[in-house]
Formats: sequence, structure tokens, C-alpha cells
Amino acid sequence: MKLRRSMLFLPGANAAMLSTAFVYKPDSIMFDLEDAVSLREKDAARLLVFHALQNPAYRDIETVVRINPLNTPFGLDDLEAVVRAGVDVVRLPKTDSAEDVWQLEKEVERIERAGGREVGSTRLMAAIESASGVVNALSIAKASPRLIGIALAGFDYVMDMQTERGDGTELFYARCAVLHAARAAGIDAFDVVYSDVNDEEGFLREVELIKRLGFNGKSLINPRQIELLHNAYAPTEEEVEYAGRVIAAAEAAERDGLGVIALNGKMIDAPIVNHARRTLQRAQASGTRQ
Amino acid sequence: MQILKQAIAGTLESSDLMVKVAPSADDALEVIVHSEVIKQFGAQIRKVVDDTLRQLDVRAGSIVIEDKGALDCVIRARVQTAVLRAADASQPNWEKLS
Repeated sequence: MKLRRSMLFLPGANAAMLSTAFVYKPDSIMFDLEDAVSLREKDAARLLVFHALQNPAYRDIETVVRINPLNTPFGLDDLEAVVRAGVDVVRLPKTDSAEDVWQLEKEVERIERAGGREVGSTRLMAAIESASGVVNALSIAKASPRLIGIALAGFDYVMDMQTERGDGTELFYARCAVLHAARAAGIDAFDVVYSDVNDEEGFLREVELIKRLGFNGKSLINPRQIELLHNAYAPTEEEVEYAGRVIAAAEAAERDGLGVIALNGKMIDAPIVNHARRTLQRAQASGTRQ
Repeated sequence: MQILKQAIAGTLESSDLMVKVAPSADDALEVIVHSEVIKQFGAQIRKVVDDTLRQLDVRAGSIVIEDKGALDCVIRARVQTAVLRAADASQPNWEKLS
């Protein structure tokens, strides 16, 4: 069960950020070759990311690369570079249908074979950025066993919906649709970036909302947001104590060969045990909520 | 790989470097490295640049490096970008770039 609360965006053309970002310890680092890179620097960013992915400093952090769409002159070259460099996850932007994922999957497999990488070792995630993508979220989420998650990307989506970012009402349906699709497919769901890095209060309000909805985490654009997010996702001491008792009861029931787990006279079922495991995992990663 | 025209890659920001590549008038390979950390890391920077040029089979040209404390992986990426731009190579051979 990989913890994916924070996915930190880094502009692929920024050498200084690529050289230091691992120190912030997000759950995943996402090198961006798409919107954060100007057209004339696409080749330079691709090579910077190609080498950063092979830097031992990134060995212990999940690496994600947002490539350019495959229907642009840059998408396939991006894919060639990052798959050969051993990226953990390729993030496909502007995913409108399952066909987009199938096309990506086919190219990834070709490059894995040509580059001598294990077929299936490159995982995928799809970013949903349009009304079509939201409507097709379930078929996208189920399109490939390589998918680790789907992400809602807010800016393009609200443009497509002819609205703008506000208090979250404009994202309500899309968040619920993407989240349900991810859960039905058994993969992770990631929320949009919060672009006002100076508004901690607004950021935390949004984090609280998406956490309660059930998102695994959020895309981030500033390292300052990592600790805030991790703390908001951290369980309270009471939650950790209860989770510990649930796991102890489950282990005792298994030891004694009992099919039913009981704690303080109440029956505990598998989803509660899984939730307790996630609680302990979050506590282990960043302690209890401050 | 043949240097056909002038090309530049990188920036002069901290942790980066700027690489200027130009064709050579006398078919020689000339590499000049300027760095803020030349005393501590000059030899290592030069080694990374030479290895990268060898990998790309660059035998002639003028290569000028202005280093601002870049990591080896950044040096490799910037030198490769400048050379590929100077050689008009739109399809890099990824196996040679690792």
C-alpha cells in the first residue's frame, strides 16, 4: 500500500529545483515536461529530467513525469526518454477516454522492450482535464493494469466547463466522479493543485474537504504545502490508539483461528482493519496531527 | 556528431551552467571550463564534460562552460542539449545519452 498524499510538481527545465527537490520528501515527485516548460526548452527539459531520474538521490522517492500529450510533436520523445530512464510513473495529461490510455500503454511497452526494461515495470496515471474525461472517468480508470491512479486537473477542466475556480462548487461533480471511478477501479485518486501558495487557510480548508471525500492526496506546486498536507492527513493520537487496538484484535483472531473479529464487544470487519492499517501507515510516515 | 552551428543551453542561475558550442575553425576540440568551484571540483567537471562529449562522438568544436555549481547530471544534460542543438540532431540516440 504506497502512501500518496503529496505529489510535488517541479518544472522540468529548472536545474536548481531538480537538483534539490528530493530533500522536501513528498510522497511522489512529479517532473513536468508539459505546461511548465516553454516550447523552446522542451528538448533541454527532457534531457534534464532524463538524467535527474537516474540520479541516486531520487532512488527512494516515487518519480512521476508529466509528458506532453502524444498528439503533440513532443509527447513520444518525452516518453522515450523517461521510460528508458526508469521513471516509476508516467502521467498522461488531458486524458479524455480509455483509448488515450491504450495508446500510451502500447508505446510504453514498445519502449520498454527496445530499452531492455522489464515489460510492465512502468506504471501510468491519467490526468482528467475536461468534461469528456470526467464523463469517461470509470472507463479511463479501468483502462490498464498499469494505472496507479487518476488525477483531476482543475484549470483546464473549469475552462472546459465555462466557469472558473471558486469555493469548490465548480469542481463538486468532477471530484465525486473521479473519486468514484478510482475507487471502483481500485486505484488512487488525486485532487487539483491549490495555486495560491500564500493562502494557508484556504489550502487547509480544501485539504480537509478532499480528505473527507476520500482522495488519497493532492498535487502540490510549492514545497511549503507538503508539511501542511501531511499534517492534515495525519491521524490524531486517539485514532492511532484505536487503530492499534483494531490491528491487535485482528491479529489475535487470526492466531486463534476465529473468523470473526471483536473489539469491546463490537464486530470488526475487513474494511475497518484496512482503514486501521492506513491510519497506522500515515502515523508512521508523519506522526500524529499537530 | 558534428558541430554544424553555434548553440547554447542552460542558464547562469545557481546550480545550473551555460554551455556554448561552436564549430571549430581548425577541426580541433577545445574545451574551456569556468566555474565558481573550479578549485574543488574543476577536475570532476572537466571529466563529466569530456565523457559526455566522447559519448556523443564530438571530435571537433569549441565548448565553453560557465558553471554555477551544477550537479554532474545537470552538466551532462546541458552539454548534450547544446551539442544536439548544434548538430541539428532532432532524434537523439537515447542509448548514447545515459
